[in-house]
Amino acid sequence: MTEPAISVHDLTKSFGDKTVVDHVSMDVARGEIMGFLGPNGSGKTTTIRLMCGLLEPDSGDGRVLGLDIRRDRRAIKRRVGYMTQKFSFYEDLSIEENLRFVAGLYGMADVRRVVADTLEDLGLTSRRRQLAGSLSGGWKQRLALAACIMHHPDLLILDEPTAGVDPKARREFWDEIHARATGGLTVLVSTHYMDEAERCHRIGYISYGRLVATGAVAEVVRDAGLTTLIITGADTAEAARQLRGAPGVDQVAPFGTTLHVVGRDAEALRRTVDEVARRTGTTAAPAETSLEDVFIQLMAESRDNMA
Amino acid sequence: MNGIFSFRRLRALLVKESIQMRRDRLTFGMMIGIPLLQLMLFGFAINTDPKALPAALVAPTQDRFTRAMVTALELTGYYRFIAPDATAAEAEAMIARGDVAFAVTVPSDFGRRIERNDHATLLIEADATDPSVASGAISTLNTVAAAALSREAGLDHLQDASTAPSIIVHRRYNPEGITQYNIVPGLLGVILQLTMVMMTAMALTREIERGTMENLLSMPATPLEIMLGKVVPYLGIGAVQVAVVLVAAKVVFTIPFVGSLGLLLAGVFVFVFALVILGYLISTVARTQMQAMQLTFFFFLPSLLLSGFMFPFRGMPLWAQYLGEVLPLTHFLRLIRAIMLKGADWPTVAGSFVALGVFVVVLALLSLLRFRRTLD
Repeated sequence: MTEPAISVHDLTKSFGDKTVVDHVSMDVARGEIMGFLGPNGSGKTTTIRLMCGLLEPDSGDGRVLGLDIRRDRRAIKRRVGYMTQKFSFYEDLSIEENLRFVAGLYGMADVRRVVADTLEDLGLTSRRRQLAGSLSGGWKQRLALAACIMHHPDLLILDEPTAGVDPKARREFWDEIHARATGGLTVLVSTHYMDEAERCHRIGYISYGRLVATGAVAEVVRDAGLTTLIITGADTAEAARQLRGAPGVDQVAPFGTTLHVVGRDAEALRRTVDEVARRTGTTAAPAETSLEDVFIQLMAESRDNMA
Repeated sequence: MNGIFSFRRLRALLVKESIQMRRDRLTFGMMIGIPLLQLMLFGFAINTDPKALPAALVAPTQDRFTRAMVTALELTGYYRFIAPDATAAEAEAMIARGDVAFAVTVPSDFGRRIERNDHATLLIEADATDPSVASGAISTLNTVAAAALSREAGLDHLQDASTAPSIIVHRRYNPEGITQYNIVPGLLGVILQLTMVMMTAMALTREIERGTMENLLSMPATPLEIMLGKVVPYLGIGAVQVAVVLVAAKVVFTIPFVGSLGLLLAGVFVFVFALVILGYLISTVARTQMQAMQLTFFFFLPSLLLSGFMFPFRGMPLWAQYLGEVLPLTHFLRLIRAIMLKGADWPTVAGSFVALGVFVVVLALLSLLRFRRTLD
């Protein structure tokens, strides 16, 4: 069990002249919950599809559960549970019928019992005869999760599983994921939500097809080397106007009545903020840099690199 | 601007429609290309008064009268003797298979009887399963034959009508020339072609349009399993259609059924299998259900017109016949007409079975090659 669940090197994939995944290398240890973050169109879904054998990489190689992502695609499919971003079960089939179809495709022997257990396990039993098309977002997500863990995969790959799902259902979903990871399941999950990223053991941040940061949340925040100050007072709007584009200031974001100001150069930021605070009659205090601040910074930096 | 009709709003709609039309390349190409292609194809291929129909000649004594007769028949333009020295059995088999439309039998005493002025008879058997094929050729017979023979024997010789040679015409398989006998069995093929291909042509495009394809591909099903899973259910639907049409043919149209039902059902099975796989092949090419539909019709029209369903196959120019040979319907029509109307046995229709079997194998291989295992 020393070999990582996912180990890919220099994966590259282009569509036309657009490079969507650009030399991505990534390792995910067994039993780990890895969060995969990045803005829309950054290449998360494409990277995931490369790993599940749904797309063929232009270059680079990798192993998933010890299997080659180019040659052993069928074997990978049998041992990976993949939940697509868009709901992709049959809307004209009931929950139970969908699950029986999936169980059959994985060649399970006792389909009836496995499906009954899975329904029970995920609390779907009472709705098992309902057509998938008539389910709300949370229930659809639960069906999709049921379908991709039914065959007891060693690796679960979830592509934005909680998009359009209410906070309570999201919370339950993550409790479920953690329970399964404790049982030894490896999980790779892409998301936009910062609170979800913080529930992962480790995260990777992808931007414009490049993996620009990996590590535990605290490491990623620390490695970014950002300084954050919070400005409070009567005229934060005027302070914000003066701070934008000022030396040392990289981000200015209003949070309610306060202002978060972020910069890479602590010295320069401090000087500028003190000056503005004095002029506008506001006060500045140091604060923790949040993951979101880091991501916005990473996004801006990789855009600069692209240009 | 707020009235019931605004040119600005209409223009916005027109612009949007024409952009979408241009983006859908396949549809756009078909709208431009197909009318032209089909006009050329069918304009030249279709011929309702078929000439140069293949014929067999059974003439044990190839004397000067026989030669005169054959030359006269060929000069009408309707007959083309592809087997000028067949035995009676060979001619019978050829007409049953549909290789020839006519078998002309000149009895061995034909010449002697003409010389003796003693009721010479000539037998022409026509494959009347398609009444329109034979009608033109038969209608010219008597005058042509009489003229040819009187030239050959000397004018005065044959002037007595009571002793003139007579031509006996057998309209085989359909002596009354009833059009339904030809059309109704063919309709089974046409109905199957339209429905089977159309339904399976949607098979994969529906998965793609509903977004379920990604999920299907992420699970461990092989391309062969997916193909068979998609087409086999339609064999059942095809079976129902076959039953309905066959019962209607018997009860409503009273079409004679002289052949083996088992052999016919076996033929229908191979044909339907070829059709559902043809449909599946279309669905591996088409990106949307709309395109699948268009491709289905793209195959349907030539099948209708070049297979021998609406117009006599042997009456088409040779290039159109070759084109017709690559349509499953052509072979099925030969098979069903041979079995239902002519009572053909296995050796006679084996060729059609083999042709349909080749379609199944080739189309299945093409489908498996075309199938995209990935989302690339």
